[in-house]
Amino acid sequence: MTSPTPPQEMTMDIFLKGIWEENPVFVMLLGMCPVLAVTNTTINALAMGLATTFVLLCSSILVSLLRHAIPKQVRIATYIIIIATFVTMVDYLIQAISLELYNALGAFIQLIVVNCMILGRAESYASRNGLYRSVISACGVGAGFTLALLCLGTVREVLGAGTLLGYPLFGPSFEPWVVMVLPPGGFFVLGCWLLLFAWLRQRKDRTTEALRHGR
Amino acid sequence: MAADSLTFIFLNALVINNFVLALFLGICPFLGVSAKLTTAFSMGLATTLVMIISSLCAWFINQVLVMFDLEFLRLIAYIAVIASAVQLVEMSMKKFSPALFRALGIFLPLITTNCAILGLALFQTFRDYNLAQSLVFSLGAGGGFILAIVLMAGLREKLELAEVPSIAEGAAMTLMLGGILSLIFMGFAGMGGGG
Amino acid sequence: MNQIPVVHKEIPPQLPFNSCAIIRTLTLIAAISGLLVVLVVEWTRPQIAANQRQAVEAAIFAVIPGAVQWRPFTLNAEGEVRQNASAGGTHIYTGYDEHGAIVGFAAEAASQGYADIIRLLYGYRPDCHCISGIKILKSAETPGLGDKIFTDSDFIANFTALDTRLDAGGQALLHPIVTVRHGKKENPWEIDAISGATISSRAIGRALDESASALLPQLMRQLPQFTLPEETTP
Repeated sequence: MTSPTPPQEMTMDIFLKGIWEENPVFVMLLGMCPVLAVTNTTINALAMGLATTFVLLCSSILVSLLRHAIPKQVRIATYIIIIATFVTMVDYLIQAISLELYNALGAFIQLIVVNCMILGRAESYASRNGLYRSVISACGVGAGFTLALLCLGTVREVLGAGTLLGYPLFGPSFEPWVVMVLPPGGFFVLGCWLLLFAWLRQRKDRTTEALRHGR
Repeated sequence: MAADSLTFIFLNALVINNFVLALFLGICPFLGVSAKLTTAFSMGLATTLVMIISSLCAWFINQVLVMFDLEFLRLIAYIAVIASAVQLVEMSMKKFSPALFRALGIFLPLITTNCAILGLALFQTFRDYNLAQSLVFSLGAGGGFILAIVLMAGLREKLELAEVPSIAEGAAMTLMLGGILSLIFMGFAGMGGGG
Repeated sequence: MNQIPVVHKEIPPQLPFNSCAIIRTLTLIAAISGLLVVLVVEWTRPQIAANQRQAVEAAIFAVIPGAVQWRPFTLNAEGEVRQNASAGGTHIYTGYDEHGAIVGFAAEAASQGYADIIRLLYGYRPDCHCISGIKILKSAETPGLGDKIFTDSDFIANFTALDTRLDAGGQALLHPIVTVRHGKKENPWEIDAISGATISSRAIGRALDESASALLPQLMRQLPQFTLPEETTP
């Protein structure tokens, strides 16, 4: 609202940026702890992604609304308290929705507080932009985060347990690749996704290069 | 070994359930500050120091919160304590060891958002540890963090001049190394239950 | 949290603008966050309590077949029975049939497994002096190996009638519960281990043995204390 100098980005661009160009997991490598820890099943990954998105969205709204009132010296402390508030809320909400899910996610619900991604977005985007843009951006980044968690969760569940969302996929003769749902599998699967994206990026670069030379 | 003996708590936090490699706490500094051995070691030390301080504070705060039935403020109180502990370590380091302070630079304030520290405070609360157990737990967890980050930094220094495919440079390779380390640490898992 | 507004009132107005702004903002944030947290906590409290109750109830009815109602008790350090679930000590859940007669008891046991502590609830039936079922509450055992303790039907069958008779003096178990190699179970007080999950199987045997030998003598001595209180009988 008060930043007329940069040309207003298209709403869709802000949203998509969070999903692809600035994907918090695959590009920025932020908030890795939950990414690796709770993605052993698809449903856990989805719940974690939605919970994080909720916290991100709410804290972005509040930070953006209060951005002129928060003095610079105490801004980090303020953001942390705002985030901790919403995380406590999510913590109790999930307990009320399903105790089973709560036990599966364990301490990682409360550890959303220290997800650097949320503090990072509050500091670098919500505190400098109006409500509308902050909300769109938070939705985009949240969606990107959830998508990334789902990418990992699906692969790990399908390979490691032979199921998808709890339903068996391959029949009884399938011997699950157990290491995938164990901690090392988290590192390996994320590493493979990063390799895939690096390869895609390199191929795209090469194509543009070839096009330029051809012209 | 009894599950609540001090030795077991220490070993459990140090290797069996290593915070970084088995519980995925503190991944950000593990990936971000492990490029050089010396920085990695100082980072590990600073984190351990903050862990010990905040574990003690968190224990006392939890007593107060339980006394007044205010458990729902636990998260907010813990994060405030950790932020202050980090500030404290930062200030004392600036005064007593300016060289180390400069070496750690930006990473010092980032300890606040290290999940390992909040995770430690939360785990000791969930497991109902008493003061001595909490202290030993924080020592074990800190030692485990140093172990993991130093091992990682050692590997990365060795690989610095190695030729790797260009797509695997950077984060992807670091993650693969982390996976192998984590696989190795799984070998410790049976230690506690040998009976 | 509550102290911040108090501090605010004590600040004289002639302070520099900046610290005023800081205090004002922190007060505002603290008020907003306090309000939100308390609202959500109050709103979700009944639902959470109901969920927890439901989970406990499901576990109790699973380990005491035949029970249709239950009451919590505690056994404190002196061995006295209290009809209060929040008192300190060992929690014991008593299961009753539809006429209010005692069917069995459920208690928690725990032991170090392969990866982390395994916590379980087990049921005990005084009529057959046996353990009538177990339910794993928390475990981090290796998927595919140790977590067979949840799924292996042969292993679970160990606990439908595991002999826990007391000795003549009623002070200890007649036969300690032991875990034996897979296929070697000969006596009703032995647990047939899962091959490939020895440590997890042993952990369960150890947890049951420790808990049962401490709890059952006290339980049997004070059996009348656990009868369903008349006034609460539906």
